[in-house]
Amino acid sequence: MSVLVYLENWDGKFKSVSQELLSYGNKIAQDMGVKMNAISLGNIADDELESLNKFGAEKIFAVKNGFDNVDSATYSEAICKIADENGATVVILSQDNVGNALAGRIAASLKAGYVSAVTALPISYNPFVIKKKIYTNKVFGHVKINSEKKVLTLAKNTFGITEGASGTVENIDITTAAAKTKVESVDKVMGKLLLTDAELVVSGGRGLKGPENWGMIEELAEVLGAATGCSRPVSDDGWRPHTEHIGQTGKVIAPNLYIAVGISGAIQHIGGIGSAKCIVAINKDPDAPIFEAADYGIVGDAFKVVPELIKAAKQA
Amino acid sequence: MNILVCVSNVPDTTTKVKFDGTALQTEGVQWIVNPWDELAVTRALELKESGAGIEKITVASVGGVGVEPTIRKALAMGVDDGFRVDADAKDAFYTATQLAEVVKAGNYDIIMTGFESADYNGIAVGAMLAELVGYASIGAVTGVNIDGGKLVIDREVDGGKEVVSVEGPVIVSVQKGIAIDPRIPAMRGIMMARRKPLTVMPAVDCDILTEVVEIELPQAKAAVKMFDAEDAQGLLDALKNEANVL
Ligand SMILES: Cc1cc2nc3c(=O)[nH]c(=O)nc-3n(C[C@H](O)[C@H](O)[C@H](O)COP(=O)(O)OP(=O)(O)OC[C@H]3O[C@@H](n4cnc5c(N)ncnc54)[C@H](O)[C@@H]3O)c2cc1C
Ligand SMILES: Nc1ncnc2c1ncn2[C@@H]1O[C@H](COP(=O)(O)O)[C@@H](O)[C@H]1O
Repeated sequence: MSVLVYLENWDGKFKSVSQELLSYGNKIAQDMGVKMNAISLGNIADDELESLNKFGAEKIFAVKNGFDNVDSATYSEAICKIADENGATVVILSQDNVGNALAGRIAASLKAGYVSAVTALPISYNPFVIKKKIYTNKVFGHVKINSEKKVLTLAKNTFGITEGASGTVENIDITTAAAKTKVESVDKVMGKLLLTDAELVVSGGRGLKGPENWGMIEELAEVLGAATGCSRPVSDDGWRPHTEHIGQTGKVIAPNLYIAVGISGAIQHIGGIGSAKCIVAINKDPDAPIFEAADYGIVGDAFKVVPELIKAAKQA
Repeated sequence: MNILVCVSNVPDTTTKVKFDGTALQTEGVQWIVNPWDELAVTRALELKESGAGIEKITVASVGGVGVEPTIRKALAMGVDDGFRVDADAKDAFYTATQLAEVVKAGNYDIIMTGFESADYNGIAVGAMLAELVGYASIGAVTGVNIDGGKLVIDREVDGGKEVVSVEGPVIVSVQKGIAIDPRIPAMRGIMMARRKPLTVMPAVDCDILTEVVEIELPQAKAAVKMFDAEDAQGLLDALKNEANVL
């Protein structure tokens, strides 16, 4: 028995969640009294691989040849091979675009029960019960996995980082069936903090009146080191790119801090931020529903409050 | 080319829903087509109407007779025919196993599932189905286009966007961007839907790998703490020293 963690990369670097994933996997391995291994697919430099060699993985299998672009079928096949060879009973991935695409395939292939977007350690190991949000963030379900093998995806920003023992990085090759998908072109978002990765998010709604007023939102975000987001009508009207749309039909995020400016707090919007640790609302309407979801609030005109916040944050 | 869209019948989670110990209280619940699946159907119809070479659009749903309104709605939107696998969708693997039978019995080039269902939020069925039938699969799909008879898929990656081509049949899990607004059935469509074929298939045996054994209500949130509009500094201090998020 062992735990296997899949380490995702983008642009030659491991995703920022990797340390959290390993810390989580290591704790589960310790609780179960088994070893943890990790696998990386794609051409990653040795020093980058070594940087993750202090979080408890006994072996980090580095498959440097092939796997240049994500192909769900062949990536899953490779991860399943390593899982089988190492007797993995728990396979852990990150709950994000890539993890989502792979985990279901891996689970079906291993005949493993799969629970996505977990936010905490299992409630019990025998039987294996773990909680996850269901009914679109309304409640937690305690999900029992009946099969011997399990696949989990961990929601970002939910588990702390703890260093562990170091192990060895082992370069290996894996052959799989030929990939049937091919990446024709890539459009990279450069130099901008990714909304789904960000620990702090400043978000604007229709209360800001128009795209020309986003300067102060961007400035506040910059001073705080935050990413920017928006409500759906704002992206539908083309004031902001669709990639910033937060909510049930947009991005679901779990930052430490979410600052909602001129957002009314419709239930579909709240659906995207229910897992934020702290929500701040700035709205001129004291009865706006956003204040029911918020931890801190200011009733006032965003065009006065936000510049004040920027000023205060700059002084800090 | 033929398209299959997997549609799930879900409670409308934007209305008040109540729970007892292990389950949703279904009394008074409004049931809808899972929002992503509705957008997938909409995109399939757009492709067919654009003359891109789509011959037929089929929907499939796993569920009891209670899910038929969801299938009928898709038919009313313009879908050609529907399948219902007659069994409760017990978990994602069970559901995918049933859908795999529908896929194997047909001849589909594009199979669409939503990103997640509003009830289980499993993010699971699409990728599982792909593995079970051995097809290529693409997740986080924001665009499905046909260019000169070839499928061109846009997908979101954490760090950008990619355009992906694919050989052979493919299963795509679609999300935001796939279509703007769901198609609303017209009266004529609703009338025609009554005569369109809806085939009921028996379920195949399958192990239940996961089950929800308990439902835990989230803890009541502490009341919001308000600051004066002039007190930006007070708010920042609280975020730093009380909430520890700055
Ligand atoms: C099926 C479905 C899915 C949806 N999915 C989403 C989703 O994923 N995400 C999403 O966001 N929405 C979604 N919506 C839309 C949602 O219902 C709301 O319409 C939307 O969130 C409202 O956006 P808003 O808060 O920016 O605008 P409004 O509701 O118009 O709110 C503007 C707010 O700004 C305040 N304001 C105005 N002027 C000022 C000022 N000077 N200073 C401070 N405050 C000011 C107002 O008091 C008001 O509260 C969905 C709707 C449906 C039907
Ligand atoms: N009972 C079902 N019948 C048909 N398709 C389903 C069913 N449940 C889920 N799906 C499909 O799988 C997608 C993802 O669901 P889930 O894995 O439950 O989050 C949905 O958007 C549907 O396309």
